[in-house]
Amino acid sequence: MRFSVLVEVRLRPGIADPQGTTIERSLPHLGFDGISAVSVGKAIRFTCEADDESAARAEVEDLCKRFLTNPVIEDAAITMEKA
Amino acid sequence: MTAKVGVILFPGSNCEQDAMEAVRHLGGDAELLWHGDDTVAGVDAVIVPGGFAHGDYLRPGAIARFSPVMQAVAKFAADGGPVVGICNGFQVLTEAGLLPGALQKNRGLKFLCTTVELRVESTSSVLTSEARIGDVLRVPINHFEGNFTCSDETLDTLRVEDRIVLRYVDNPNGSVDDIAGICNEARNVVGLMPHPERACNPLLGSEDGAVLVRSLLSAARTNV
Repeated sequence: MRFSVLVEVRLRPGIADPQGTTIERSLPHLGFDGISAVSVGKAIRFTCEADDESAARAEVEDLCKRFLTNPVIEDAAITMEKA
Repeated sequence: MTAKVGVILFPGSNCEQDAMEAVRHLGGDAELLWHGDDTVAGVDAVIVPGGFAHGDYLRPGAIARFSPVMQAVAKFAADGGPVVGICNGFQVLTEAGLLPGALQKNRGLKFLCTTVELRVESTSSVLTSEARIGDVLRVPINHFEGNFTCSDETLDTLRVEDRIVLRYVDNPNGSVDDIAGICNEARNVVGLMPHPERACNPLLGSEDGAVLVRSLLSAARTNV
């Protein structure tokens, strides 16, 4: 089975996010008053071939842990659907 | 016997010649090690130099840590061999798990290219053994992701075990506890963001990095 996978890499809670802070600081100047809690991460998309969804998820989780994130500062949110 | 320092060349490294020049200028022998070779045989110390290994894609050091030579570096370090990661090399060593913590984007999001003052905090490491505690060294920095960060527990461990070897006098990048350089538990692996190899010759404006490179050469000689 083929799955379309979206991995969102985010900074872990408590880790400073200088990009998010900079964007948020600029918002009032641009007239966006109601927006807060800005954080910046990465989106990584790919397809994964596996026997079933749980096998695919296990594979993607391993990939995130070993390569796509640095667990010291980042975590990942995984979204997947059948391709 | 002259100590031989191996300087690793990744695609995208750009400080390997500076590192070799500094080693030779201070009486050591230097040779390039290709990242795709799975050995560091024949060298007495290893420098992981600055630059943008593998383009810094994904994260600085994230791909470089899987280069074949890094397995050999890990084994060399586990056997007590002196290893120093400078700038991008520091990032590679944290990604490889040879040093704790991580390097994040600078506070203020500016690429910093300037000379900073470093205070020697511990002389018990392969990079600082010939300095004195409290010495202030003028050394260049040249980085975008040099903001050292780690968990509170890791920071406590680094402090209690005297593993913060260099601190910034005036923190340029937001690093936790002004950390510029740390060492591992066995004190033979050191990572730092500043570039001592670029401060070994009066022509370059400072010779303050020489004491650090000399310390590494002295550790390398005992490892010959």
